[in-house]
Amino acid sequence: MVRLIAFFVGIGFAGVLLISLISTISQTISSPPEATAEEEFHRHPKHVSLPSDGPFGKFDRRQLQRGFQVYKEVCAACHGLSLVAFRDLYDLGYEEAEVKAIADQWAIEVPWVNPDTGEPATRKAIPSDTFPSPYANETAARAANNNALPPDLSLITKAREGGAAYTYSLLTGYQRQPARLVKEFPAAKTPTGLHYNPYFANLNIAMPPPFASAGQVTYAPGNPAPTIDQMAKDVSAFLVWAAEPKLENRHKSGIAVVIFLLVGTVLGYLAYRQLWAEAKRKVRPTGALDPKNQAKSRCAKAKQGIAG
Amino acid sequence: MSFSWAKPYEPKSQFMRWLDDRLPLPRLVYGAIGGGYPVPRNLNYWWNFGVLAGVFLTIQIVTGIVLAMHFYASADGAFNSVEHIMRNVNAGWLLRYAHANGASFFFIVTYIHIFRGLYYGSYKAPRELVWMLGLVIYLLMMATAFMGYVLPWGQMSYWGAQVITSFFSAFPLVGEPVRVWLLGGYAPDQAALTRFFSLHYLLPFVIAAVVILHIWALHIPGSSNPTGVDVKEEKDTLPFHPFYTAKDGWFAGLVLILFALVLYFAPNALGHPENYIPANPLATPAHIVPEWYFWPFYAILRAFTIDFLLPAKLWGVLAMFASILLLFFLPWLDKSPVRSGSYRPLFKRFFWILMLDIVVLGWAGGEAATPVVVAVSQIATAYYFLHFLVILPLIAKFERPLPLPDSISTSVLHGEKQEAAPIGVSPPARPAAE
Repeated sequence: MVRLIAFFVGIGFAGVLLISLISTISQTISSPPEATAEEEFHRHPKHVSLPSDGPFGKFDRRQLQRGFQVYKEVCAACHGLSLVAFRDLYDLGYEEAEVKAIADQWAIEVPWVNPDTGEPATRKAIPSDTFPSPYANETAARAANNNALPPDLSLITKAREGGAAYTYSLLTGYQRQPARLVKEFPAAKTPTGLHYNPYFANLNIAMPPPFASAGQVTYAPGNPAPTIDQMAKDVSAFLVWAAEPKLENRHKSGIAVVIFLLVGTVLGYLAYRQLWAEAKRKVRPTGALDPKNQAKSRCAKAKQGIAG
Repeated sequence: MSFSWAKPYEPKSQFMRWLDDRLPLPRLVYGAIGGGYPVPRNLNYWWNFGVLAGVFLTIQIVTGIVLAMHFYASADGAFNSVEHIMRNVNAGWLLRYAHANGASFFFIVTYIHIFRGLYYGSYKAPRELVWMLGLVIYLLMMATAFMGYVLPWGQMSYWGAQVITSFFSAFPLVGEPVRVWLLGGYAPDQAALTRFFSLHYLLPFVIAAVVILHIWALHIPGSSNPTGVDVKEEKDTLPFHPFYTAKDGWFAGLVLILFALVLYFAPNALGHPENYIPANPLATPAHIVPEWYFWPFYAILRAFTIDFLLPAKLWGVLAMFASILLLFFLPWLDKSPVRSGSYRPLFKRFFWILMLDIVVLGWAGGEAATPVVVAVSQIATAYYFLHFLVILPLIAKFERPLPLPDSISTSVLHGEKQEAAPIGVSPPARPAAE
């Protein structure tokens, strides 16, 4: 009875699926999906290698400081970093006085309540504050940016496929829209106010090219020249740190844990071998691999006339 | 419990004797996972994954309890509290990554455990209830994992909750009220988040309870084995401790190394970047997908694209539920008296087709629903149902299984009588002439 019901249920589902399949195929044939500009022109992020890559990766503090400088002088005007605190900058190798100065001189002040009047006010940031948002709220951010919302950058390298490679490619990927694209997909022409960037999901991004020219940010002596490529790389490295400030701890403890587990597992394996040494020879794994059974099964197969 | 030669517990000290007379807990443990539980001596490494599932359940409960101390179940604060754990709590990043990847590993080892049961016919008499309790655990795991994924309140959390609860609205009349009742509102919000957190904390303990029933039911007939032949005498078995504790122990170390490699060096590889964006009810992600371990079911859900008698969505939801519920009937669908797939040539072929089919379903569930992906998932879903509901009962009818070994010991001992003595008993003297 169970098998009879099961049979009909199985045939039923399979039948509906067959009808669905036929309709999928006929629909695809009658109206094949049209190629879109995104499919054809969207590009995967370029490769970028950072010192934090790989299981032994570590941050390059000087690079992070350069990246922070780029963030501060270029990105921070529109993009928040709300999950990162000024005190976290100690990780970048800044001294206490430097962090205090950075917080104190930050262009945007922290929302606050005037202790005398109770009126909303602002005050200078202190190291325990997180980076204040450049806009009071989403509406203000959109109003200032032609209805586009500049995303908070705290987690950006974890929130986008490709991570640092994505931000690096996006920052260096601005270009003129290819003539072929406009010819083939006239509807996909970049609207005014947007900018063509093949690394952005829908090809047209509201953010204007942030780096106008090399040397936009002046690096301290002893650092590489601030080309657009270098600045994009440095700020991407900084954003990797911002999204995952504990990356170095993770890598370091990971290596220790794996070594510890390896030693433990090898010891465990040897103990297991030792323990089973007496029982081992008797424990050839599976019955089917037993030569005697294989002979039996060959014999049975031959009787039934199955080849192999 | 299971066999007459199972060694009874003997207290080794005055104190243990005293305890044993009053609360025989050590006796229980000894009989369950100690020297008092005889296990077939021919188990292969596929039999290690049940213990591993227990290991990962423990990891999930321990990390989860500590995470709950820092997590803040609020629609405004949940996302930031997770980031607070990642950035400010001591070793918080470790706890959270261990919990998130621990869920994936829990599913990996559970899937292997289930597939082992399918191949070796572990669901067959007298272990039907072991199998069914295992399926109950699996269903509870799915509910727990789903609700846990909602808690960080990222974009995928939110939209996953939206999509999965909308399954219920596929049912006519009662569907929509049930959905609203489950969510505590018309869309996922504070009410949904708080109850998901509450249930996410509760269900693992329910799982632990059902695990106890699962093991209890297992210990009545004892573990199955790769030949599928019943244990007949003492020399077919070895005591669980120390033999299988040693084997499980080192193998657990091996799997923990793999776990550590993912956890420490690619902790976000199994997650979705979109979930690092805070939930936004006004912005639907381009491509909503559940966690990887639900992809085969997602493919089944999306395979039904046509309103035939019932709305397509209802077909999809029914099929998705049916795809698991049918496993409860497996002991009665597959009537072949031979348990182990190793002795079932026809079954074995279809088993591997099923494995391939499930991989294909998983792939299709993770991809965007283009016509090719939909067509593939339609074929693969059809095979899934046909395999269990039509092919499996027929195989049992027509297949001629290979001859089984007489007993576990004859299958592994090659007739060396010398070595066939039970562990700890000296072998019988070799006959003078043979």
